[in-house]
Amino acid sequence: MADPLRYRTDAAHEEPAVTLDAFLGQTNATAVRLESDEDARALIPHLDRLALIEVSFPGFRDGRGYSAGRILREAGYTGELRAQGDVLVDQIALMRRCGFDSLVPDKPLDAAAVARALSRYDAVYQKAADGRPPIWALRHG
Amino acid sequence: MYKYDSYDQTIVDTRVEEFREQVERRLSGELSEDQFKPLRLMNGLYLQLHAYMLRVAIPYGTLDARQMRMLAHVARTYDKGYGHFTTRQNIQFNWIELKDTPDILAELATVEMHAIQTSGNCIRNISSDQFAGAAADEVTDPRPWAELLRQWSTFHPEFSYLPRKFKICVIAADEDRAAMRLHDIGIQLTRNEAGDVGAAVYVGGGMGRTPMIAPLIKDFVPIDDLLSYVEACLRVYNRYGRRDNIYKARIKILIHEIGADSYRQQVEDEWAHVKTLGLDPPRAEFERIAGFFAPPAYDSAAPDTIDRSDPDFALWVDQNVKPHKQPGYAIATISLKPVGGIPGDATAAQIDLMADLAERYSFDELRVTHAQNIVLPYVRKADLHALWQALDGAGLATANLDLISDIIACPGLDYCSLANARSIPLAQKIANRFASMERQRDLGELKLKISGCINACGHHHAGHIGILGVDKRGAENYQLLLGGSGAEDASLGNITGPGFDEDGIVDAIERTVETYRAVRTDGERFLDTYRRVGIAPFKEAIYG
Repeated sequence: MADPLRYRTDAAHEEPAVTLDAFLGQTNATAVRLESDEDARALIPHLDRLALIEVSFPGFRDGRGYSAGRILREAGYTGELRAQGDVLVDQIALMRRCGFDSLVPDKPLDAAAVARALSRYDAVYQKAADGRPPIWALRHG
Repeated sequence: MYKYDSYDQTIVDTRVEEFREQVERRLSGELSEDQFKPLRLMNGLYLQLHAYMLRVAIPYGTLDARQMRMLAHVARTYDKGYGHFTTRQNIQFNWIELKDTPDILAELATVEMHAIQTSGNCIRNISSDQFAGAAADEVTDPRPWAELLRQWSTFHPEFSYLPRKFKICVIAADEDRAAMRLHDIGIQLTRNEAGDVGAAVYVGGGMGRTPMIAPLIKDFVPIDDLLSYVEACLRVYNRYGRRDNIYKARIKILIHEIGADSYRQQVEDEWAHVKTLGLDPPRAEFERIAGFFAPPAYDSAAPDTIDRSDPDFALWVDQNVKPHKQPGYAIATISLKPVGGIPGDATAAQIDLMADLAERYSFDELRVTHAQNIVLPYVRKADLHALWQALDGAGLATANLDLISDIIACPGLDYCSLANARSIPLAQKIANRFASMERQRDLGELKLKISGCINACGHHHAGHIGILGVDKRGAENYQLLLGGSGAEDASLGNITGPGFDEDGIVDAIERTVETYRAVRTDGERFLDTYRRVGIAPFKEAIYG
């Protein structure tokens, strides 16, 4: 697996992610992988011991992971949140907004295209999981 | 009307440049059509049978003369001189070249228009009542809420890759002129006993191959919580909507499978959480938007009578003009359904003329209806005759609103790569068969809707008379449905029996309406007669 594109300053987590079933059945794992049909809320009681949650995007059209990301951040998760799979340059800005701070695309992305995609829009209309103020908040300062 | 501020304008301009880069990558061969497809589909660009089609958003169907003239300019410069107004209150240009699309979008952006989210599995253009702000029966103007929803849904990070497309409608009157309950989410603004505005929220309606009328999911959402409630509705769908089968991926299937009660409970649980996140804008933002929709500067001395001495004009008034909330004013509908024409089409010259007339007679505002007509919402009664004369000179004064020739039709096999049968020639044939206006008026309100395939873009399920084009062993075949309605008395039509060829279906419609004439009571609409007597006498007449 390629090195993730990381948007965090801490060191990358070394422990391999285990499946959700394996994670829930043991007490010492600190990294878990969530498939797109699995319930992110099953992790909420255990967030304080997790350092890495990897969310699968099996195809770019499968948008369930966006909800998973936000749900985990809304529950207070501060560890690494990784989007893995069919992660395309046209989706990464949305993923960042949903709280993902590391990306592992199946196919490598052009670094310049990534930078452009992430900086393109100056402002956003909605509040999400990235802390950016929505335009309505800017309007009413 | 809403006006962009620099935030809105920057987002639209940025989107144009983003799309320009994507088109350049496609034209240079860097992107294959397969790779380009999902990108163009996020921006309203379809590849049809003969050319690219660009669908331009007209948010909640409202636009001004400057925007209307831009649509005429696009039709003239980049298309074949006409445009097609759609059942989602948008406009489509059917003969577009890929290389021109960035320039078209750049030109549209100069008048605060775009094609954002007019396709793709995302939240589409918000639709609304074409009489909003003018209707005598509305609780409040629904458009500020529609605009708030437009902004909230634009590039929504969580809901841009939903299981399937998602359509939201906002109305604020008991009379439903927008087919609200046939949307994924239908919102009816109401007042509770305390006089507070809130929203009745219906979820899970839609047409397509599995038509459903949306059940009521919550009878009163306090208005300041509307966005967070809708957010909860969408999140439950995004997480649990089916993704294994494109034909079962709309929210109506989820709600049908788990039941409205179970869906309602999941939304309640999600909303209890979402409501704590501070997603709803403050009242000040709503008031800022609502300020753009303040009533126009009405002439309080405008006479409240109409001179009906011109008989042709009086017929148009009776059919196409509706009551207004402001004394001295009326709402005029311009029919885009001349006998023998293409439903919803308008030439560049007609579009320009309608823009001129809106400026002169309707406080610079027009609306597009889901029945593919154009509305001038604020016309002085004293100006109606001059307006009618100007329309008549351009072939735009057909007095057939809600009559049998006011047909909704999808583009069908003449344009669409999904279609099984042609819709447009059939609409023309039916209109020609019933060309006599006297006969049409005798038949009264009769909503006829034609879809060229099972995807139901022509709303055939909701037609008093619906027609569905199918492919029968390589030949076009048309099924007949009776008894549908997209209005406040929403219902789904029933298929009469075996289908017909193109001439056979026109004959079957004629036998249907003659049966209605034979059994109706005084003043009874076709739909009400059908509901009273059932399908049997019609089947007997058609197949007997």
